[in-house]
Amino acid sequence: MKKSLITIKNLRVKRGQKVVLRVEKLDIQRDEVLAVVGPNGAGKSTLLLTLARLLKPEQGEISFNGAQAQIESDTMYRRRIALVMQDPLLFDTSVFENVASGLRFRGVDRDEILVKVPLWLGRLGVSHLSKRRASQLSGGEAQRVSLARALVLEPELLLLDEPFSALDPPTRSSILDDLGLLLKETSTTTLFVTHNLPEAVQLADRMAVVIDNRLQQIGAANSLFERPATDEVARFLNLRLMPQSV
Amino acid sequence: MIFDAEVLQITILSLQISALATGVSLLIGLPLGTLLAQSKFPGRSFFLSMVNTGMGLPPVVVGLFVAMMLWRSGPMGDLKLIYTPTAIIIAQVVISFPVVTGLTAAALQALDPRLKLQLYGLGASRLQMIWMLWKEARLPLLAALMAGFGSVISEVGASMMVGGNIRHQTRVLTTAIVLETGKGNFDIAIALGILLLTITFLVNWALTWIQQRGAQR
Repeated sequence: MKKSLITIKNLRVKRGQKVVLRVEKLDIQRDEVLAVVGPNGAGKSTLLLTLARLLKPEQGEISFNGAQAQIESDTMYRRRIALVMQDPLLFDTSVFENVASGLRFRGVDRDEILVKVPLWLGRLGVSHLSKRRASQLSGGEAQRVSLARALVLEPELLLLDEPFSALDPPTRSSILDDLGLLLKETSTTTLFVTHNLPEAVQLADRMAVVIDNRLQQIGAANSLFERPATDEVARFLNLRLMPQSV
Repeated sequence: MIFDAEVLQITILSLQISALATGVSLLIGLPLGTLLAQSKFPGRSFFLSMVNTGMGLPPVVVGLFVAMMLWRSGPMGDLKLIYTPTAIIIAQVVISFPVVTGLTAAALQALDPRLKLQLYGLGASRLQMIWMLWKEARLPLLAALMAGFGSVISEVGASMMVGGNIRHQTRVLTTAIVLETGKGNFDIAIALGILLLTITFLVNWALTWIQQRGAQR
């Protein structure tokens, strides 16, 4: 059995007076891709932002590598992760500088940057764009650069917040294929938030279903489809994907 | 006439005073505008309204208040700053720092709010995050710099009141124009006005060139 990288217990996140996420227990295993699925507004991104320490939980415990994550400063903690959002949010500079940005935040020396950035631009198939301004990229190119910017950091945990939802189907499919291979090749532990079940099934080893601001069930895709834990989970899975297309 | 030693001295003093005042305004306005744009604290809207009001402060009113502070009998009279270039710089800072602060806050608030989350999500510290936001907003921030400089190089009321328009000491281009107009020397006043406009144009042209070069890259 794989070891857990992240363990969450009794997590509760509030916005104002409203509870926007409840997670009784969640393990993210080392090297796995865990998809967090659920309808819009269910609390998926809240989980991701909480794990990135961009939201503060009202209560609960998050352990990273067996140690209490709260002990570290926010910056030191975040330097163990990398975040890719729905929009690429590239900086207004060259593609190379975008991919180098996280390394520069960490004080990585110039020689290492000159090796790592071209390597990851190549792995994401955007080497030829290295000198181009980020503002001149297409949506698919920009998201590939955004992924390179995160993966170059070799994070212990990669957080993906619906990174393909704004892309057209062929571009989405092509990036999804490449990313799946890269995540397997590099054994990057990944939390992948999406409301698109086929994407989740393709990329993830396990899926966590968040509905009505509560983590309802977690398991391999097949087990979820065969044995949904609640009516809400069954309804969500049936509504979103016919079982034969899994 | 225009290129005689006195005009040269007045021009250099005008540039020195306005450049220093703009520099100090940047030192105050950039962090303050960033704080107002990025932080949430009780009374933030009130402070923003104050800054926005300050962007339209009449220079002559600023001159009056700064003069009252610096007069020999005023609370800062012991510093003996009234009728010195330093007094003009103080007054000009009071005029221009709300301009820089307000435009900095507006520039940063116009950025995508998720950019801050993205920067943190890539491991940026708070200072690195702020530096990156400044870089992202560099074009409107340069506009803030231009507006700050423009508000002081062209003002006359405050410089007159706290500087006293003393020959070879506190006479700047704007106060010299007022003096020459008062004396009926319209030709000199017009020539000084053209000189002031030319300097303002050259400074803004240089800043615009930097700004647009950044926009096209």
